[in-house]
Amino acid sequence: MLGRKIARHGVAIIGTALLGGLLSATMVRLAPGFDTDEAQIDSHLNSESLRALRESRSQQNNILVFYLQSLKRASQGDLGSSLTLHQPVSKLLRERAPLTLRLIGVALLLSWGAAMTLALSAAFLRLYSYDALATVISGILLCLPAAVVGLLSVLWNTPAALAVAALVFPRDFRYARNLLGRAYSLPHIITARAKGLHELRILFWHVIPVAGPQLLALAGVSVSLAIGAAIPIEALCGLAGVGQLAWQAALARDLPLLVNITVLVTLVTLLANTAADLIGSMVGSQPA
Amino acid sequence: MKIWRRVACAVLLLVVGVSLCATFVAPAGYARQYREAADAPPSRQHWLGTDDIGRDRFARVLYGTRLSLLLAPAAALLSTLMAAVIGGLAGYLGGMFQRAAMTVTDLFLSLPWLFLLITVRALLPLNVSPLVSVLATFLILGMLGWTSAARVLCASAACLRDSDFLRQARASGIPGARLFWIHVLPNLKPVLLAQFWVSIPVFILSEANLGILGLGVAEPMPSWGSLLKELEGLVSVGEEPWKFVPLILLVAVVTSFQLIVSKQEEEFAV
Repeated sequence: MLGRKIARHGVAIIGTALLGGLLSATMVRLAPGFDTDEAQIDSHLNSESLRALRESRSQQNNILVFYLQSLKRASQGDLGSSLTLHQPVSKLLRERAPLTLRLIGVALLLSWGAAMTLALSAAFLRLYSYDALATVISGILLCLPAAVVGLLSVLWNTPAALAVAALVFPRDFRYARNLLGRAYSLPHIITARAKGLHELRILFWHVIPVAGPQLLALAGVSVSLAIGAAIPIEALCGLAGVGQLAWQAALARDLPLLVNITVLVTLVTLLANTAADLIGSMVGSQPA
Repeated sequence: MKIWRRVACAVLLLVVGVSLCATFVAPAGYARQYREAADAPPSRQHWLGTDDIGRDRFARVLYGTRLSLLLAPAAALLSTLMAAVIGGLAGYLGGMFQRAAMTVTDLFLSLPWLFLLITVRALLPLNVSPLVSVLATFLILGMLGWTSAARVLCASAACLRDSDFLRQARASGIPGARLFWIHVLPNLKPVLLAQFWVSIPVFILSEANLGILGLGVAEPMPSWGSLLKELEGLVSVGEEPWKFVPLILLVAVVTSFQLIVSKQEEEFAV
């Protein structure tokens, strides 16, 4: 049963990544200015070089051929070269991925730690003032643009991971608080409380098994949120990660680099969601 | 909560009202340069000082607010209409069309929102006139922001598909297109309205992010994003506090929208 589920998810991930790649390649091919190259106005090039340049461009006219060629090269480990940084894309990604992964990892730990602590204590204590304070803090953070949080993090000299965590936390907190609040209002949990069962026992034996699968799904979504937040934070804090690379590629219209980062981000997001889904279904199938 | 919603409505009305009067309140306009007073602190002539090339910051805040507050709802309207057509049709027709539409929706949703925006904005020329940059920014927001709303609308339309009144209408021989426009869409109105209101603060924040990253509205046109870009040059928070006015205004407006839409969001958002 689990094996079939994993296989189904695997097929879905590959299919979505391939479709995403095709969509990116189509958009790149249709992007204004794709047919032109700065080299074509280079006065040092002779007519033969210019013709060769135009021919190499015209070979990419067919979107499907363009995509299949890119796929073939990618299967051999060649992701192409960056137009602006003049380096292989695979090398650039290899160099920058560890920093982004570390940033996202630490940020997720911080945001989840804070969100779960606050959500659990809000559900546990059920104090209006405490809940209101936590809601106000998360509400203010929710109203700040990610890039402003990045700028403030530079101004106050705080770690970048804290800035990413500050952007992921309010969403995590809101959903976690709602999920736990809903779980605590279930009839069997109200009965357990009325019968005087210890609060910790209620939490670990009755509340978490009910809210667990959804909280895990939220964890999957948090990865996507953290990746999105890492782009402006890395760009504005001057961190040489994949987020900054994506921003630089966007500003310079470095399309080969951008397509590869898009596919990579799609894969990471899908893998995170799939992992959360599979663990959630395993937890959900355990008797509470 | 009702009182807070009223306060939020009042704040929004005040900000919209003042920004709509920008032409009268700041008649010199957002692009006029006072070269003798570049980077000046607040004074009687320039309430919020001037920027590094001598443009009146108060005028730019007013015009920028007007731009963001007029175009974010326009983008929200576009995305809601797209969601209504794509999500509504997918839910109403079901089968292969629904599966295909939802696969595309999932594909868009699998990418982080800001990353998707940056990528698509990069595909369009960046060196364009200010007006084109405004249109490009808000069109992208509108054309990419439909996905989560489409999911909700697809689910709502699928619920309607097998309802008694639609079966009866179908049995009466009403053509499919008429059924969709006259019977299905009007029943999706509450969901559509909720999605419209929920999208506005999201688009305001997205435009601000794009502007700060240099991918939003081009100079000299002001927007909240380009105004917030000024914070990049600050050395400390207390140094020039008046530069934080656009941020305070943005937070006040987004908070007001969040307060107004919180009820709908809880009911309908994904």
